[in-house]
Amino acid sequence: MKIIFSFFTVVLLVLLAFLGLKIANLYYLFGVIIPYAALAIFIIGFVYRVMKWASSPVPFRIPTTCGQQKSFPWIKQNKIENPSSTWGVIIRMLLEVLAFRSLFRNTKTESRDGKLSYGSDKWLWMAGLAFHWSFLVILIRHFRFFAADVPSVIHLIESLDSFLQIGVPLLYMTDIVLVAAVTFLFIRRVVIPQVNYISLIADYIPLFLILGIAISGILMRYLFKVHLVGVKNFAIGLINFNPVIPEGVGVIFYIHLFLISSLFAYFPFSKLMHAGGVFLSPTRNLANNSRMKRHVNPWDYPVKVHTYEEYEDDFREKMKNVGIPVEKE
Amino acid sequence: MKLYDGGKIIFGLIIFLGLITIPFYFNAGKAVAPPKPKLDTPVIQALAVKECVKPKEIMRAEHMRILDDWRNSVVREDDRQKIVIGGKEFTKSLQNGCLKCHSNKKDFCDKCHTYMAVNPYCWDCHFTPKENKS
Ligand code: HEC
Ligand code: HEC
Ligand code: HEC
Repeated sequence: MKIIFSFFTVVLLVLLAFLGLKIANLYYLFGVIIPYAALAIFIIGFVYRVMKWASSPVPFRIPTTCGQQKSFPWIKQNKIENPSSTWGVIIRMLLEVLAFRSLFRNTKTESRDGKLSYGSDKWLWMAGLAFHWSFLVILIRHFRFFAADVPSVIHLIESLDSFLQIGVPLLYMTDIVLVAAVTFLFIRRVVIPQVNYISLIADYIPLFLILGIAISGILMRYLFKVHLVGVKNFAIGLINFNPVIPEGVGVIFYIHLFLISSLFAYFPFSKLMHAGGVFLSPTRNLANNSRMKRHVNPWDYPVKVHTYEEYEDDFREKMKNVGIPVEKE
Repeated sequence: MKLYDGGKIIFGLIIFLGLITIPFYFNAGKAVAPPKPKLDTPVIQALAVKECVKPKEIMRAEHMRILDDWRNSVVREDDRQKIVIGGKEFTKSLQNGCLKCHSNKKDFCDKCHTYMAVNPYCWDCHFTPKENKS
């Protein structure tokens, strides 16, 4: 049910763009207004979400560690998995963000011969890494549509990505990897009962949306070719705030653009915010130095206390009378 | 709104915004004119009807696929017959087909390709026509 709903939401978006252009000729709406609006929602929403996180105090050190913490000098500390310094945290975060270190520890629990057994399960890590990195490469490659003089880094990435030289236009490896990885991530949600049980519409929609973007882009590059020079004119017009609607660019381009706009607009409201959130995860970005530094809770309010000295002052005579020892005579 | 570690977080946000808005300031101050491929070659001037292999709209988007089909047909299927499209004969060839008419590769093919940042690897092997203009 959740899958069908999510799937048809994305199909609806495609139909909306298709009919909007084919029947209503809303080129300006789908080509200019919606992309600008989506970008504005993305930026404002992203900043808002991050600022909201930034305004919650994280008074105590709650890193989830998995190595020996700093202790006696003759006990070897695991400086990355259980960092006590800022540098350790930086390296830990880099490994987390660039290599998904914590997913690498993903385990699977199985009952084998009536016994509970744990095994390592690297598939999620592999697919996640493949997916995110190919998405990044694809995103960077798109810079050629926006730059007047395309920097040589982009050429380099592009030629590495297409170095198998299959077909014309050359096949990009990341296109294949992205679709394969997203498909795997989707199938995983369907097939594994526990994961299926906790999956929500909010988990399926990003998957279908990204799959839709990838497929529309691939179709546009390899099958329903569009007038790319027109597309670049259009892109440059958009970023110069001087939008032009090009002639002879097929509807598939606008479908691609509309799905991307949808993703951008949806981003701040969705779990995709983990892109910003990973940097603000207190279980990752804090040094485990509770035993070296005192961390004071900013929520603490002044508590009215009655110390033992004051108590003794109140009852000193009575205590003496019944023979209870007092500290001050 | 009180921020905790606000300095670091705002620094991160500024880097993020700087990265995602690169397209908006990267071209600043540069005029970007779309390419105008030139058609003034002797062979095209001599044509009675100035037409390409297929209508211009199709050529613009799909010329690489036509080349790919031709290449496969010549190199893999050993079919060097001329191909008839719309009553006209064309040699299925890069140098002896496309570039016979579009002998101004630098002012034609390259104009678009530079603009789009594509660099077809065909010329690693195939000759380019001799041109005076750069
Ligand atoms: C209207 C502009 C334009 C003209 C003129 C033009 N091309 Fe292209 N060419 C393109 C575009 C756009 C692409 C596709 C780029 C992409 O898909 O990334 C392309 C791609 C190609 C490719 C595939 C390259 C690859 O690596 O994928 C070949 C081969 C090619 N063109 C050959 C030629 C030849 C030969 C000529 C001259 C006879 C020519 N083109 C003229 C715009 C043009
Ligand atoms: C018979 C000569 C001839 C041959 C052969 C020929 N072309 Fe053309 N080409 C033309 C003419 C003439 C035009 C202009 C058509 C027009 O303006 O309608 C043109 C237009 C084009 C355009 C569109 C340019 C624009 O203004 O956007 C491209 C791209 C192109 N040709 C590529 C090729 C490629 C690739 C081949 C080989 C597969 C080829 N041509 C073979 C004569 C030729
Ligand atoms: C590795 C070198 C090499 C590369 C790179 C290469 N070709 Fe070729 N091509 C050849 C050879 C060799 C032939 C065969 C020539 C013959 O038998 O007449 C050929 C033949 C062709 C033919 C048919 C015959 C003719 O005279 O043109 C076409 C069309 C063609 N290539 C197009 C392309 C295109 C388009 C590209 C770029 C996407 C390309 N080739 C890249 C080596 C290459």
